[in-house]
Amino acid sequence: MEKIVIIGNGIAGVTAARHIRKLSDKQITIISAETDYFFSRTALMYVYMGHMKFENIKPYEDGFWKKNRIDLIQDYVTHVDHQNQKLKLKKGPDVTYDKLILATGSKPNKFGWPGQDLQGVQGLVSKQDLDALEENAPNNTVCKHAVVVGGGLIGIELCEMLRSRDIPVTFLVREKSFWNGVLPDGESEMLNEHILEHHIDLRLGTNLDEILPDENGRVRAVTIKETGEEIACNLVGLTAGVTPNIDFLKDSGIALGRGVKVNRFLETNVENVYAIGDCAEQHEAIGNRRPIEAVWYTGRMMGETVAQTICGNRREYKPGHWFNSAKFLDIEYQTYGWVFSSRHRKGYEAHFHWRHATEKICLTVAYHKESGKFLGINTFGIRMRHEVFDRWLTEERHADYVMEHLKDANFDPEFYKRYESEILTQYNAELNKAIRPRKKSWKRILSPKA
Amino acid sequence: MSTYNRSMALTGEPPKALNFHQKLATLLGISGLAILCLAAFNVDFANKTLWLAISLMALFGGITWFTIAAYAHKPKGIKNDGVMFKSISSRGFWGWVAGVALTAFYIVLYFYPQYLGLAKEGDNTGVIALFDPLSKLLSGNPASQWFVYGTLYTVAILAFGIKFIWKYRHNNYEKIRTVSVMFFQTSFAFLIPEFMARLNSDTFSLPYYDLKNIWPLNYYNFERYRVNSLIDAGDIGLALLIFGILSIFVITPILTYKYGKRWYCSWVCGCGGLAETAGDSFRQLSDKSLFAWKVERWVVHSVVVFVTLMTTAVIYSFLGNDTSKYWLTKTSFLIGVAVILTAVFAWVMIYKREQLQRDAKYGAIGYFVVIMALIAFHFFSGEGNVFLFKAETLRKTYAFLIGSIFSGVIGTGFYPIFGNRVWCRFGCPMAAILGFQQRLFSKFRITTNGGQCISCGNCSTYCEMGIDVRAYAQKGENIVRSSCVGCGICSAVCPRGVLKLENGPLEGRIDSKDVLLGNDVDLMKLVNQK
Repeated sequence: MEKIVIIGNGIAGVTAARHIRKLSDKQITIISAETDYFFSRTALMYVYMGHMKFENIKPYEDGFWKKNRIDLIQDYVTHVDHQNQKLKLKKGPDVTYDKLILATGSKPNKFGWPGQDLQGVQGLVSKQDLDALEENAPNNTVCKHAVVVGGGLIGIELCEMLRSRDIPVTFLVREKSFWNGVLPDGESEMLNEHILEHHIDLRLGTNLDEILPDENGRVRAVTIKETGEEIACNLVGLTAGVTPNIDFLKDSGIALGRGVKVNRFLETNVENVYAIGDCAEQHEAIGNRRPIEAVWYTGRMMGETVAQTICGNRREYKPGHWFNSAKFLDIEYQTYGWVFSSRHRKGYEAHFHWRHATEKICLTVAYHKESGKFLGINTFGIRMRHEVFDRWLTEERHADYVMEHLKDANFDPEFYKRYESEILTQYNAELNKAIRPRKKSWKRILSPKA
Repeated sequence: MSTYNRSMALTGEPPKALNFHQKLATLLGISGLAILCLAAFNVDFANKTLWLAISLMALFGGITWFTIAAYAHKPKGIKNDGVMFKSISSRGFWGWVAGVALTAFYIVLYFYPQYLGLAKEGDNTGVIALFDPLSKLLSGNPASQWFVYGTLYTVAILAFGIKFIWKYRHNNYEKIRTVSVMFFQTSFAFLIPEFMARLNSDTFSLPYYDLKNIWPLNYYNFERYRVNSLIDAGDIGLALLIFGILSIFVITPILTYKYGKRWYCSWVCGCGGLAETAGDSFRQLSDKSLFAWKVERWVVHSVVVFVTLMTTAVIYSFLGNDTSKYWLTKTSFLIGVAVILTAVFAWVMIYKREQLQRDAKYGAIGYFVVIMALIAFHFFSGEGNVFLFKAETLRKTYAFLIGSIFSGVIGTGFYPIFGNRVWCRFGCPMAAILGFQQRLFSKFRITTNGGQCISCGNCSTYCEMGIDVRAYAQKGENIVRSSCVGCGICSAVCPRGVLKLENGPLEGRIDSKDVLLGNDVDLMKLVNQK
């Protein structure tokens, strides 16, 4: 029986394993040094905040793996010997494979800051990071002040976590406005306001210079590059992005760039070795996507795809329309299609932006300047139907059509205030149109895909 | 696993620490309880009206003050920080204390009301006497243990309802739903029955009737004394009796078809009302394991069978045999029951077979056979006994096991241990019947939003009915479960906007549409092949 070995039990590796089991009877082994069982990485924050216990963030009961004949080994792979199709482990005996899937994920970026390896300096990616945070910042007497470096999704989550324990937080963001490398200005500006509302000391356009130790080799303070200011702190969170976790593959003969190089079939240069999830790097970016996509959903999709390939339906990785979501403190964010920030905006891309007068609710619709084709939407504080936007993108609808049928796409809970009319009034005024909102239609919502 | 949680247990740090105002508010609330306790131990309060008012206002004020102190200074949004650290909400020391105290209260209430001061003859004493002035004001009669309980129950739903509304002040569904349960409790369950009692005289008498309490939740609705007294009360009584029958056979199916069982369980019902308000802090304690789900299905459906048999037996026992005296006789009644059950059973088996999982089908077949066998047994047994038992024995057993122990002592007393919907999930026959219909014939579903789920587990954790919502959401599948009471909290706590409670077309309600997880369509077709 063919033996499939998967390194990494994150969403990519586990999805691959589950789908291979669905499709075949092959022997499946998952090796991970992180935890016994799969857990939702995106939910680690809720364990620290006390919304859930660690067992709540495990999507499958512990008996699931045995029942589905997926073997789990908790160990660290030190070397991949692809000539003999063999893995060396730190503790246990060697493991052989017929097919190997690399799904080792990411680790936090470190940019060579002085003091970046001191005690009390950490990222937030792994279960070990969560445990370290409980040591470093259990409460606001042990951790009197924290500094979070890097204004992305993990950064703001770490701020929220620390604030839940009333720990004062300084948030160093390199950009002039929060996450404005990804978000259009109006949205980024709204988030700046929201961050301040949560009593987070947001420092925009500010870089970390140095992390200073005390006599025990623990972090004592950081200094700011621009001003030289010293900020005393007991914890430094490094959240300036992530990088593929592939150091153990350096001399393996598997082609590496920033990540493990793969083709569209998620195959590496070595036969019978595949790479998926955060650690995989496409030779050429797919559409507007980045060559390395460190996103939950793409990890899952790659896992589904590679499972098909391994089980005899050789498949290209063809992610559908881009989508993503996040939550910034109390504000939910969803995106469908492409809406670029002012830094990355395409020449043909125009934006329509609406923001609620008092509430932290807004949206941005991107459309083609000439053709008026709908390109994408960002919403903050309004939930949207994935299915409907996916269809509109496939059908290449005009932005006017999207605005006219916006009620079909609304996914907010019942009795929520609806803003379609208000949004449309502004759209009509700004673009000199006279579109009227259509009533929500179940028939359109559920109609089969174009 | 979570060794670090323990280190926080005794220190009282944020987010589980109470602020100054919360501490004072707790003190105020406890002083209200203390007055009731003192009364229960026969401390004689000279001015009962005054002390009762002080006590209830202290309770109400304490909870409201606590709410404002907890939420007013924070931005609106999900407020679950520290839930798993606080001992009251994570089966810690205070959780057990509360559980034991509540259970003890229920045991005294149901089985030893004399310790609360209920007097069979003469004036009440103790805490029941403290409530006499209020009872006399409303119904004109002295208080009973049930009046004391009803008053406290209503105060709890109102005060904790305000807390719930504050906690979810960003969520209109939760706000409106909570106002609804507060309204139905105060009017239908508390005030209207008291006012109805006022109408009673020597010549006219209605039994206590909470109009929103539908059979089989009020299993006693068709007992002899009630039916007799309703019929004796003339047109109004007859109207109430007919309303009681229509409620379960006509009104309930229509509303459940349109809105799912939530119209009752989390918008109207008193048990649900208490669970959603006073019990909200305990919703995360429900058991989500597959094993618990198995137990749930067997236990709750057994209760349905039990209550059906019991009610049939009770009605049967007071019917006559002579068609010339009354159109409904023992035999025609039994045949009627058999016909209704057979019709339901046949409809499910013919039209909905493929929607039921295998075990549910076995269950249905098994129960059907039992009922038919018991009814058949009657034709081979003599006068005086119904089925195998005396009807009265059956009724008493049900009242004791289900009516008192399950719904009261375990259902509410164990809130801090098993979560706030133990009764609704494992015991309530009404919920089971509505759920059966919700599963098979209703427009209600929880829609999963394409591929946006990140498997975080907030939905499953905060599902008070112990549904593993995430198991469906991460597959992109809609949630259509008989036990869902439609509280909407899974949708509220979802950080990615994945879940929406809605009523839509029957077609494509479960999973007939392509599951959209983001990959291209060809691959999704392969993935979805079963």
